[in-house]
Amino acid sequence: MIFNYIGNYSLIISVIISLTIFFLSISNLQKINIKKKINLNKLNFFQFFFVLVSFFSLVVLFVLSEFSNITVFNNSHTTKPLFYKISGTWGNHEGSLLLWLLILTLSLFIYFLSSKSRPIKERLLTLIFQEVIIIGFLIFIIKTSNPFNQIFPIPKEGLGLNPILQDPILAIHPPVLYLGYVSTSIIFSSSLASLVQGNVNNLWAKHIKKWIFASWIFLTIGILLGSIWAYYELGWGGFWFWDPVENISLMPWLSLTALLHCILVLEKRSLLSSWTIILSISTFTLSVCGTFLVRSGILNSVHTFANDPERGLFILIFLFILVFLSLVIYFLFEKNLKTNNNKFNLLTKESSILINNWFIMYFLSVILIGTIYPIFLEVLSDQKISVGPPFFNKLLIPFLIPFLIFMSIGPNLNWIKNKIFENKIQLIIFFILNLILSFFIIKIFGRITLTFTILLAASFYLFYITFKDLIKKDYKNISQAISHFGFSLLILSILMNSILSKEIIANLKVGEEIKFMESTIKFKKVENSSRSNFKSLVGFFEINNKDDKKFLFKPEIRIYNQPQVITSEADIKTNFFKDKFFVINLVKGENYFNIRYQEKPLMIWIWLSTILIAIGGSVSFFKRYEK
Amino acid sequence: MYGRKVKLRILFLVALISSIILTIFLILKSLEENVVYFLSPTEVKSLNELTQDKIRIGGMVKENSIDISSEKINFVITDFNNEINVMYSGLVPNLFQENKGVVAEGFLEDKNYFKAEKILAKHDENYMPPEIKEKLGEK
Repeated sequence: MIFNYIGNYSLIISVIISLTIFFLSISNLQKINIKKKINLNKLNFFQFFFVLVSFFSLVVLFVLSEFSNITVFNNSHTTKPLFYKISGTWGNHEGSLLLWLLILTLSLFIYFLSSKSRPIKERLLTLIFQEVIIIGFLIFIIKTSNPFNQIFPIPKEGLGLNPILQDPILAIHPPVLYLGYVSTSIIFSSSLASLVQGNVNNLWAKHIKKWIFASWIFLTIGILLGSIWAYYELGWGGFWFWDPVENISLMPWLSLTALLHCILVLEKRSLLSSWTIILSISTFTLSVCGTFLVRSGILNSVHTFANDPERGLFILIFLFILVFLSLVIYFLFEKNLKTNNNKFNLLTKESSILINNWFIMYFLSVILIGTIYPIFLEVLSDQKISVGPPFFNKLLIPFLIPFLIFMSIGPNLNWIKNKIFENKIQLIIFFILNLILSFFIIKIFGRITLTFTILLAASFYLFYITFKDLIKKDYKNISQAISHFGFSLLILSILMNSILSKEIIANLKVGEEIKFMESTIKFKKVENSSRSNFKSLVGFFEINNKDDKKFLFKPEIRIYNQPQVITSEADIKTNFFKDKFFVINLVKGENYFNIRYQEKPLMIWIWLSTILIAIGGSVSFFKRYEK
Repeated sequence: MYGRKVKLRILFLVALISSIILTIFLILKSLEENVVYFLSPTEVKSLNELTQDKIRIGGMVKENSIDISSEKINFVITDFNNEINVMYSGLVPNLFQENKGVVAEGFLEDKNYFKAEKILAKHDENYMPPEIKEKLGEK
């Protein structure tokens, strides 16, 4: 098939272009001939273009179900709907790496176009660092996971895509997440470049801020999509499980969030420059680390496509070289950072941002250790352990309280200097009121614990303060007000959700009834039907409330033919107050069904508030600069 | 004496180092308490004393061993050398079937009985706990 060759050769051409750009930039850097027009823009475009061609060839191969291609053979099937044939392109190891590369070259192209205001040397250096990453990934793809390998004799039928990945949200989840992950590479390269050039100042901060916001927004949305998918597709009845793969996407997000706040201090006050560089390095390292851990098969999960030690080793070495090189550069050029004599006062915005950074670093290290400790232990001592939610809850929740309180106070402080706040008494009284309110909420619904009460109070407090800021009509800080309000809403919804959720799990036969709270759940019947790529069993359940309102739930079990996998499709009824979640599973034969019914208050607010957080970021991204 | 700036810097460093030490201490301490070990039925049999901690047991669901009623699901986990009876009531994942890999989390009653609190989902139909894969490979 011709597209196999087109894809393969465009990849090789892009290696050549990348090497050309790499050496051209180095020679340009040495000549210091700024006046000479460099045609790097065109080369950058061609590099992106050939990766794009290669990516499209793979898409075409998937659409045409060309099973002469191993990747297509392993991950596609003729009966699959067209939409999932296309999304299947990145639903596997090889294709997803090609997507990584595509975004990597795209972001470099955009960077070079949009950074004309920066010194040429800094841009060239950024280009060089970025090319190192691109060439590394190109070699990785061609050597260990070439998507265009062929198979002979040509099979008649493919092996199919894992059905739980056949889902509209999961089709767009990887591209969005990757946009977030990969654009941190620009932050990484640019921060190293400006470090070498001694340019780490407020102008650079202003320039790179756009990239930080862009990747942060994509990462936020990407994580949200994954979480929504896990909620309705996996049938675990929650939105966050402290699964290693989830943690791995959260870590770059935390680091990026710290960076996002830190860059503001650098922009406004020219402080924290070395800390900014360290955060830029760590954000990108965590992104690559995430790709490494997820794709190498070390973590066993939905996302793990292949179990090939060679691939894992390659990314590990690559990661090691990246970290090593960036640290060497950091220590060699650290003296270039201008130490600013601006003083830090305790009651200022900058010091509260520093405190926020400390907390985020603490959260990050807890998650990091909780995620990689089991891996190290297994490698070192052959013991298998798992670190679950209790570990994270215990270490994170108590520290969330001061974090929330600082978050309510910090944004209202001024830069540089601050008077002791004026309406101190009002704030304290309000906090005590919140404490009492939270105590009663928790007392009514059981589960009285001190931490929970204070935590609830702190989040109510944050909610009140951020809400006040939001309606203040102060458009200067509107983006921050939206994001912080979204965050308080998120914490509050998560808390209420975990306190007030109720559920029942039982095994039922058709015709049986079960009591739940003050209502009855009746299993009426099962309907069988058959589709092109799966058989479906739909259970009909009727829930009778005490006031005689009836609700019909139709959860479904799908038995896919290729590959043979059973999935549950939950039936979820959503409104603004609560979600009703019904899921069934098949257990041995078809007599008993394992059912789970949950009432989850404020579920939709968890999604909405996360969207609000991202909207706040976008407002800042599109904001025109005053003055 | 040192200047004000140096003093501040030292204070900052002390605060930084002590908070790092505190963080590491906290993390390690709760790791100790909250870690769940993963054992195979053979490893359970060879335990010297019965552990009170929460553990995970992994293996295959033995053929014809699932016994289901409206409140509970009982089954046997085997690694083809030893077996353990599991008592469970709760949600089972989609891929919970006889002759398929399974991981159960809960507490040991004695060396033959395990009271599970959670059956874990595995998303791959071909998933098999690594020990068992090794065992089958030897055969």
